[in-house]
Amino acid sequence: MIYLTRRAEFSASHVYHNPDLSPEENRRVFGKCNNPHGHGHNYTVEVTVAGEVNPTTGMVLDLKDLKKVLESEVLQLMDHRFLNKEVPAFATKIPTTENIALEIWKLLASKLDFARLHRIRLYETPDLYVDYYGD
Amino acid sequence: MIYLTRRYRFAASHRLHSDALSAEENARVYGKCNNPYGHGHNYVLEVTVAGEVDPATGMVYDLGALDQTVELEVLERFDHIHLNLDAERFRTQVPTTENLCIEIYSLLRPKLEADGQPGSARLASVRLEETNSNFFEYAGGSETPKAR
Repeated sequence: MIYLTRRAEFSASHVYHNPDLSPEENRRVFGKCNNPHGHGHNYTVEVTVAGEVNPTTGMVLDLKDLKKVLESEVLQLMDHRFLNKEVPAFATKIPTTENIALEIWKLLASKLDFARLHRIRLYETPDLYVDYYGD
Repeated sequence: MIYLTRRYRFAASHRLHSDALSAEENARVYGKCNNPYGHGHNYVLEVTVAGEVDPATGMVYDLGALDQTVELEVLERFDHIHLNLDAERFRTQVPTTENLCIEIYSLLRPKLEADGQPGSARLASVRLEETNSNFFEYAGGSETPKAR
């Protein structure tokens, strides 16, 4: 088994706010991230797929295919967007880094018929990232 | 299950020396690190917690609480000190980065569980970089850190 990782970057803004909580509770739980006009990050996403090396090509998958799916399913949807307002999944779900990673997994898992998705790693800043393995 | 990792930095000095070894053996085993006056590193610490995402907050662990615990248990204890002379634990144990990594895990594990985070988040692993080229990772006992 070999693991291949492709990295991509996108920039987006978001706000952390739960309508079920009072304004005071929202501020307490989410702090600065509750600023109503939002704030932004340069996200780095790492997509890792797992598989066996194809003896004919010496590759685990065609990188172009992975790049294309990442571009069409994730970057086009999230790059330079206000996640809460412009990405349907975050109309009702708070776009925390955790939830964005889960959403990216969901978006990619169904499209990657040529490889097995192993991990999504999403950096919000160089000092903060989440990993999701689909379980 | 989602894994969240936060990166912290601290600087400390240490000397690798074992009282159980002769002066020659110490010099042979630890090389430059046995220099009697010690030397220092900028350590980079990665703390990984794991749990389920809390549907109310969308978060697996309150970052403020995590920062506070790491600040109190690790950074205040180890930042800008001489590990052999100023840290209780390393009066009797060689402060290699292996031992420091295990010590940080042991300090954090009970505190992070005591934080009472939703989604039963827990400490998953500690990764400690001594330099850009050297790092160690510990997930407790015989546990293997989640494949990277």
